[in-house]
Amino acid sequence: MRLADTLGFAWQVVRGSPGRTLLILLAMGIGVAAVVAVSSIGEGARLYVVNQFGSLGTHLVIVLPGRSETAGSMPGVLIGKTPRDLTLEDALALKRSPAVRRLAPLIVGAGDVRVGARSRETPVLGSTAELMDIRHMEMAQGQFLPPGDPRHSQPVCVVGAKVAAELFGARRALGEWLRIGDRRFRVVGVLASQGESLGFNTDEIVIVPLAAAQALFNTEALFRVLVEAKSREQIAYAQSDIEEILRERHDGKREVTVVTQDAVLATFDRILRALTLAVGGLAAISLAVAGILIMNVMLISVTQRRHEIGLLKALGATGLNIRLIFLSEAVLLALGGAALGLTVGKLGQLFIGQLFPSIPFTAPWWAVIAAPLTAIATAVLFSVAPARRAARLDPVRALSKR
Amino acid sequence: MIRLSGIERVFRVGEEEVHALRGVNLEIARGEYLSLMGPSGSGKSTLLNVIGLLDRPNAGRYALDGRDVTGLDDDALSRVRREKIGFVFQFFHLVARLTAEQNIELPMVLAGIDPAERRTRLARLLAEYGLEARARHRPDQLSGGQCQRVAIARAMSMRPTVILADEPTGNLDRHTGQEVMAVLEGVHHAGGTVMVVTHDGEIGARAHRRLRMVDGAIVSDERGAGGGHGGT
Ligand SMILES: Nc1ncnc2c1ncn2[C@@H]1O[C@H](COP(=O)(O)OP(=O)(O)OP(=O)(O)O)[C@@H](O)[C@H]1O
Ligand SMILES: [Mg+2]
Repeated sequence: MRLADTLGFAWQVVRGSPGRTLLILLAMGIGVAAVVAVSSIGEGARLYVVNQFGSLGTHLVIVLPGRSETAGSMPGVLIGKTPRDLTLEDALALKRSPAVRRLAPLIVGAGDVRVGARSRETPVLGSTAELMDIRHMEMAQGQFLPPGDPRHSQPVCVVGAKVAAELFGARRALGEWLRIGDRRFRVVGVLASQGESLGFNTDEIVIVPLAAAQALFNTEALFRVLVEAKSREQIAYAQSDIEEILRERHDGKREVTVVTQDAVLATFDRILRALTLAVGGLAAISLAVAGILIMNVMLISVTQRRHEIGLLKALGATGLNIRLIFLSEAVLLALGGAALGLTVGKLGQLFIGQLFPSIPFTAPWWAVIAAPLTAIATAVLFSVAPARRAARLDPVRALSKR
Repeated sequence: MIRLSGIERVFRVGEEEVHALRGVNLEIARGEYLSLMGPSGSGKSTLLNVIGLLDRPNAGRYALDGRDVTGLDDDALSRVRREKIGFVFQFFHLVARLTAEQNIELPMVLAGIDPAERRTRLARLLAEYGLEARARHRPDQLSGGQCQRVAIARAMSMRPTVILADEPTGNLDRHTGQEVMAVLEGVHHAGGTVMVVTHDGEIGARAHRRLRMVDGAIVSDERGAGGGHGGT
């Protein structure tokens, strides 16, 4: 029997019982659609996180005080004694590296911010003018911190949009004074609303010059140094330069951790990829359910079509012919189900995309390939038993009315 | 052409053994027109199935066109069957979802004959059996007589060595039955070998060679006369 004729015959069967066909198409379709939709949600989340990191600043290298083998463990704990602080002079020394374009030292604390009778506890960041470019911050009004020697400071500050609204109400914040602890700062700029980045909601912070923050929190120790490499290729050089310079300054001891944005990103990337794979795999279980349904329907079909199978044998069909007819039937159904599923999955993805426009939902290529292949594989796998049963039918008995 | 010797067929039903065929010896030559009669349960269908390679005897030898087919496996039997045997059944056994022409084409499709060749043979068969106007009809849109003509055309599509018909008129009224017999006799006139099982004495009498079975054995084998050449 020719392949085209086998497929043609199977096609006639599939068309001949639309109810049964529809049922299987639905089961297969739901399975494939689930895999595509679920994995595209996972992939969307991954891309969203990656983009968020991208918005942190492009070629970012972060210097943390204390040594740790991985970015995740607690710095300092392993060594047993408190390491020496990371200071402003350390940070300024990093400018010696040719791979470094600019850097921003960072001090973080919580401050009681007051304007007249109104008061609010907010995170206070001490940094320099470079922070704006490194973190890609944008101003709604006014200027960022003025450039200049970070060792000395002017009594100015930049406030987040929400902080400005809470402290000044409808009044214009720009040019007004506010108090943090016992110090007064003039508002020179209001940050544009940007949302979360690197653990801070920029709407809810106050940024003051580094020296002012040192005085406010009575510390020389830096929380972080954000360093921007000159290019993507220079990140590795910047990293080793930084380690080298700081080791030199700290009497040959490695007392800092240098994290590149790539490393953090790669970790998130791995976690979210694994998650996507896991949920995609869970959805694929529904394909196995669909496969069992196909097997049931096929077994019923073998019983219902006993006469036809007996007839085909009487007309000269071999066992192989019969098996191939049943398998092609399953493959046709699976192909139809896969096509339906891919379409529905794609529509579902577009629909969720409409609901959450900021998240880039896309079905990963492996899901688009694996889902229909799994559908076809399960269909074939689960039709082997029914097809064998059909091929083994005794034609005399199958044809008799008994 | 067909040579059966010492054919035994025993069915086991639970503890009991049913001897459907007891040492059947039979030789059929090319171009013969045979009828097979006998009481119900005498083994007529079983004998036909053995000749048609649908069933295997428990003992005895069977040579078809000079080849011993006794020991062949299922798939080999299927291949011989589609080349050499044409079946016609009491209940037509057409595939309900296929049209008349698709049903006629089925053995050629199973044999893997290429579509161009199939089309020419199909056109000739439709003309020969007067089915041109019904080619695209499905079995439920055809009369019983038309269904049986489709079945005969289907049986003839591979130009078999022998046509085996098990009560081909059993499901038809007298007049239509006569018509169908005329079609089968046409096959015989064209040089075909035809064997018909029937309960109708009148139909049985038309054959040139008349076999009678009782209790799994052929008890009489008459030749000559018969009404094959245009009826009695
Ligand atoms: N598959 C089977 N299992 C058990 N016994 C069977 C089977 N097929 C046939 N028989 C028995 O074999 C004997 C012959 O049956 P067969 O069908 O050949 O008779 P028949 O002459 O064709 O009868 P009828 O005229 O009623 O069609 C009967 O006793 C029948 O019950
Ligand atoms: Mg019978």
